[in-house]
Amino acid sequence: MTKRSITRREALKSLTMGASAGAVVTVIPASAARQAHERIRREKAADPGGAYTPKFFNAHRYKTLQALCQAVLPPDERSGGAIEAGAPEFIDLLTSENKEYQLALGGGMAWLDSMCQDRYGNLYLGCSSNQQKEILDLIAYRANVQKDTRLSQGIRFFALVRKMTADGFYTSRIGIQDLGYIGNDYLAEFPGCPPVPET
Amino acid sequence: MLEVIRSPRVYDACVVGSGAAGGAAAKVLTEGGLNVVMLEAGPLLDPAKHFTEHLWPYQLPHRGAGIGGSGYNASGSRELNVAFIAGEIGSEPYINAPGSPFVWERARILGGRTNHFTRVWLRMAEADFKRYRQYGVGTDWPITYQDLAPYYDKVEAYVGGYGSRENIPSAPDGIFQPVPKPRCTDVVIQRGCRKLGIPCLPGRAAILTRPLNGRAPCHYCNQCERGCSTNSNFSSSLTLIPSALSTGRLTIIPYAMAREIVVGKNGRAVAASYIDKTTRSEQQVRARAFVLAASSCESARLLLNSKSSLFPNGLVNSSGVVGRFLMETPSSGVIGHFPQLAQLSPHNHDGTGSVHVYVPWWKYDRKNDFLGGYHIEVYGGRNMPAVGMFDHALEEFEGYGVSLKKKCRGMYGTFVSIEGLGEMIPTEKSYCEIDPDVVDQWGIPVLRFHFTWTENDLKMAKDMRDTFTAIIDAAGGTPIHGLGGPESRWGYLYAGGVAHEVGVVRMGSDSRTSALNGFCQAHDVKNLFVTDGACFATNSDKNPTLTITALSWRASEYLLEQARKGNL
Repeated sequence: MTKRSITRREALKSLTMGASAGAVVTVIPASAARQAHERIRREKAADPGGAYTPKFFNAHRYKTLQALCQAVLPPDERSGGAIEAGAPEFIDLLTSENKEYQLALGGGMAWLDSMCQDRYGNLYLGCSSNQQKEILDLIAYRANVQKDTRLSQGIRFFALVRKMTADGFYTSRIGIQDLGYIGNDYLAEFPGCPPVPET
Repeated sequence: MLEVIRSPRVYDACVVGSGAAGGAAAKVLTEGGLNVVMLEAGPLLDPAKHFTEHLWPYQLPHRGAGIGGSGYNASGSRELNVAFIAGEIGSEPYINAPGSPFVWERARILGGRTNHFTRVWLRMAEADFKRYRQYGVGTDWPITYQDLAPYYDKVEAYVGGYGSRENIPSAPDGIFQPVPKPRCTDVVIQRGCRKLGIPCLPGRAAILTRPLNGRAPCHYCNQCERGCSTNSNFSSSLTLIPSALSTGRLTIIPYAMAREIVVGKNGRAVAASYIDKTTRSEQQVRARAFVLAASSCESARLLLNSKSSLFPNGLVNSSGVVGRFLMETPSSGVIGHFPQLAQLSPHNHDGTGSVHVYVPWWKYDRKNDFLGGYHIEVYGGRNMPAVGMFDHALEEFEGYGVSLKKKCRGMYGTFVSIEGLGEMIPTEKSYCEIDPDVVDQWGIPVLRFHFTWTENDLKMAKDMRDTFTAIIDAAGGTPIHGLGGPESRWGYLYAGGVAHEVGVVRMGSDSRTSALNGFCQAHDVKNLFVTDGACFATNSDKNPTLTITALSWRASEYLLEQARKGNL
């Protein structure tokens, strides 16, 4: 067996010992083609590069969501950002199916726009980057509720955006690469680990 | 697979349930020459449809979070978990009495929870069978380790699994294939244990590391809970039931929700009534013998719902114990942070879907603050990223931006989870009964749970917490989670979270205080057997599935013998 990452289709073809001769439940040969097909279909469906029509958020809210996701996990020297990872699509999809998220995120973005309107005279997207940074610095930390109790709902909202952005990012191809996960493979032996430093 | 339901055919045996116990019974009984009909409440298993191995989370639009986030749970993603595992099956509810937060995990698919369980594979020890004799609490099993050992041998030889021979009284050795090397998380924990004189040994799991009976060995993808298309791990659906099917004597009826076991005037079980979920119609199947293996509480529920003039309190319940002495596995855990693990170069950490190392109960030679003991399982490290994986880190760090990204990156792979699984002494206060008000969508009265931990469990949990904190410290890490004190019950996992519920149709030598004899045969009705976890007299710290499979195998051989003699 190989240590390099192989496609699921290749792996399923190469596994000849899936079932003994005469066994009633023969799994590998019959299903390999169907699984490969399904995999390709799903890959196409999950392609973040394709144009996406939001299922729940309107155009303005979706743009705001994208901006917030990208602020949570922007590109850096190692990997792209949340938009490239498809995090806004992931969040929009889940939200379209869950009324609690609709309220928390839709209402939260309305809260944010109102707060920005009050402070800066513009919706969040219309604010300068310094103004955006200022407001996010406030709602990104629980302790800031001491400074201003009106921030509490925004803090909760942003915590949810942060969590869902991370979930969308780290389950994406670029997020998984960012972490350096190696696995989901077919190995003949488990190789153990590199030497573990003592403390 | 659907048989003509209204056939006048009388099967030799009817098996209700297709998990570890049902699968073992089906295999042994059909290979012994009996014609067996099996009722399964869910669908047949279709690995192509139900297994999701080797999918990356980004190949799913919901990334593993499930529709509307329904697949989010505390430890990540359920969407990829096979067997429709559900604490809540909307159409088949259960009730918790006030103050009894019991989560009842059920699967509704051929093979049941054996499709996705962790496959830790431990024999009960000699002392585990005789708690009353040893401590004066609980009860004694009516059998000994020596009675069951030949069946542990048969199951292990057929199913296969890895482990190492250690000659420890609290952890009997079995028939083992070679163990996989430790993961990096195991290495740090082993170091900490060594400093404290705690034996951290190779793990034991029902996963092949060598070919067996035409089944391929594990290819180390750590996705056992998604199903295993190479049949390298143990599941009733792919390891036991196919051999029964190949005899030509097994008929499986899927989507069959058993409703009642019908008793004839002669006091013998004669038929099983069930609802065909696809047509919502009542059906009945007749047999000469019955093996209930629907999972502990479902078997108890079926018996309690089978009332008659002969059995006004429920079938085979003259003792009143059916539904009573409900036990779970007390479990507490501590998560340790080990920054040194981030220094390792990226490597494949997956391994098998089970433990590569574990600690068998080691304090059996001294007086402790509690009775019984627990074993320790080790998890964590740089696993496949999943939704929810950074929840704790995000809550701790807050913020946003590149600095947050770098923190998450630095945290990846540095968490080790140490979990204890302990023994629960049976208590009168923990039981299930039929709810007087509620029926499920099939019209079958549901269960009401009254679950409670005991003082012994809470003392054990405190010991777990203290021990795991010490191990993490000695291993050079920082304990970060599970450090609750008595107010959080020492970081206890919620009741039902380990899903080892047992004891509700217990075996015993005294028919006034038990429902079954040592062969899982009902005292009251000789052609009725209950071979799933319900038959347990006590719940040792050993994960129950190996013992369930061995008990069912043994009970089935006894049933064959009794059938041949004409005694049923």
